Amino acid sequence: MIELDRVMKWYGEFPVLTDCSTQVAKGEVVVVCGPSGSGKSTLIKCVNGLEPFQRGRIVVDGISVGDPATNLPRLRARVGMVFQHFELFPHMSVRHNLTIAPVKVLGRSRDEAAAKAASLLERVGLAAHADKFPGQLSGGQQQRVAIARALAMDPICMLFDEPTSALDPEMISEVLDVMVALAQDGMTMVVVTHEMGFARNVADRVIFMDHGRIVEDAPKEEFFGQPRSERAQAFLARVLRH
Amino acid sequence: MAYHWNWGIFLETVSGGDERYLDWLLSGLGWTLAVSLAAWGLALLVGIPIGALRTVRRRWVVALATAYVELFRNIPLLVQLFLWFFVVPELLPRELGLWVKQDMPAKEFITASLCLGLFTASRIAELVRTGIETQARGQRMAAQALGFSALQTYRLVLLPMALRLILPPLTSEFMNVIKNSSVAFAIGVIELTFVARQMQEESEQGIETYLAVTVLYFVTAFLANRVMALIERRVRIPGTMGGGR
Amino acid sequence: MLGNLDFSVIPASLPFILTGLLFSLRLTLVAMLGGVVIGTLLAMARLSAFPALAGAATFYVNTMRSIPLLMVILWFFLIIPLITGRPIGAENSALITFTAFQSAFYGEIMRAGIQGVPRGQVWAGQALGMNYWRVMGHVVLPQAFRDMLPVLFTQTIILFQDTSLVYAIGAKDLLKAADIAGKNYNRPIEMYLFVAALYLVICLSLSILVRRLQRRIAVLR
Repeated sequence: MIELDRVMKWYGEFPVLTDCSTQVAKGEVVVVCGPSGSGKSTLIKCVNGLEPFQRGRIVVDGISVGDPATNLPRLRARVGMVFQHFELFPHMSVRHNLTIAPVKVLGRSRDEAAAKAASLLERVGLAAHADKFPGQLSGGQQQRVAIARALAMDPICMLFDEPTSALDPEMISEVLDVMVALAQDGMTMVVVTHEMGFARNVADRVIFMDHGRIVEDAPKEEFFGQPRSERAQAFLARVLRH
Repeated sequence: MAYHWNWGIFLETVSGGDERYLDWLLSGLGWTLAVSLAAWGLALLVGIPIGALRTVRRRWVVALATAYVELFRNIPLLVQLFLWFFVVPELLPRELGLWVKQDMPAKEFITASLCLGLFTASRIAELVRTGIETQARGQRMAAQALGFSALQTYRLVLLPMALRLILPPLTSEFMNVIKNSSVAFAIGVIELTFVARQMQEESEQGIETYLAVTVLYFVTAFLANRVMALIERRVRIPGTMGGGR
Repeated sequence: MLGNLDFSVIPASLPFILTGLLFSLRLTLVAMLGGVVIGTLLAMARLSAFPALAGAATFYVNTMRSIPLLMVILWFFLIIPLITGRPIGAENSALITFTAFQSAFYGEIMRAGIQGVPRGQVWAGQALGMNYWRVMGHVVLPQAFRDMLPVLFTQTIILFQDTSLVYAIGAKDLLKAADIAGKNYNRPIEMYLFVAALYLVICLSLSILVRRLQRRIAVLR
């Protein structure tokens, strides 16, 4: 469903992504990990065209992301994204956050969108908070709302950019639980994260990035069992100590 | 457009005189600069202390300084000018009032500079107050711990830093002074705006006139900006981005 | 001398002064509403990806901020009749001038507001499939506007004071009314003092209101 072919990106002279190639099949859950500055956030933002790239190809459900003729908003409406800092719209209630895009972008009726929002909030365990504003919610609650907001668009796949990195430890598990449930329901997911427990649990494949390159791209058992590269081994050793 | 262009108007002589329009413009520029610089000097002289006074510990001092600032900030500059020119001489003791109205030399220039200076002083006071309050309270405490008197604390520690901090908005204020000097036309100071109106009426070459005056204002503002940039570079503290914290 | 002041002329001239005040207020309102709308468009133009548009907007804003407002007033008063081929009254010229002039200042305020909205908000809107206009209209501008409300109001108070400059083209605003009344009753001093007091009271009250607004917004964050 998602295909990256030798993607390269520079910020001016500085190479941020070098020769990144991989595929994600429908229903697969891929975890992307690596040290800070490895380019993993940038890579995932290239998939739905939030960040431009200079060379290579990215194809999502048959549509080429880098093609100037592509209608990016239309593509993005079908690809869900969850951000590190939640990015709920602070001036809208939770319900409004969930309904605004389905109504304005997909053209659904207000009632339809509201019904869907209610059922999604139920699914992430926040039905009682529909009329609250983001500022009144905890970080974990906000992130769950953010996931519901992305799901309200009925996406074909979901991209997660370090969804738990900005959360206090107690709240990480409530968000991960939602993500695990999503994975078990068969959603195609690409998750940039440090949470190796999640990866071990639900991921099908793990990608390790370093200095803008994909250094390792292996099925979960292989990655955790016997990673081929030294960098990945060193990274794992440090991360798994927690 | 039914307009008759004449770019040579600047070299023609004024009807009923023997100066050229160009001379008028240059003289206007001179007066604009004179009023601006005089006002700016006064503004700094009065504004900096008042701004500092708004940060002292004495309630009544702060209140007085605040009253000054609020008075000058909430009345339009042109209205203030009229007050200074028409009203104040009447409110002075008899002989002083008469002298001001009749015998004082350069009455218009002095009134305009005084008015603009005190007006701008209130704005500078606000900037200085912000500059002092932005600094951590520790600075004041450190100075006092060393035994500095209040005056020394301000003169040696708080103000030097505050002034550097507020150099960018201070530059804006300097440029505002130059723009605001234009209101002086209303009491007869023969600065650039006065000349603009006069020349436009007499020569009927409004567009050329206004263009020349606009260019002169641009140039003056640009020069003022460069001068402030030079000062900023000179006083910059090594190791900081722009003389900041 | 203070003893000679005769404030009884004030009640007599009050209706006349009031018409002047009404014009000043009308001018302020029109310039504020028009200025904010055009200013927001200017801000969006300055921040847009099209160099020609950004350049033009920047040039306009910088020009308006570099010349004295008096010159802008004189310019418009001269140019508008030449363009339309018909003479224009001082009042209408003032309405157009102030709207155009203030849009540069309101534009800069809105630009700061737009740039103050975190980038992540834009991404979140885009990730939901919103195009530029939807992201601007639903996500960025509401937040920018709310953030900048106190500054916008402060600018309006300054605008109200600036309206006194229409004196230069003879428009009948509050100051000109005081001027005329002063000459009519031969009591210019009382009129100027009265009008100065009016401005003081109006502007001071408005600033106090703005400060209260600022405190309430700070609490909500």
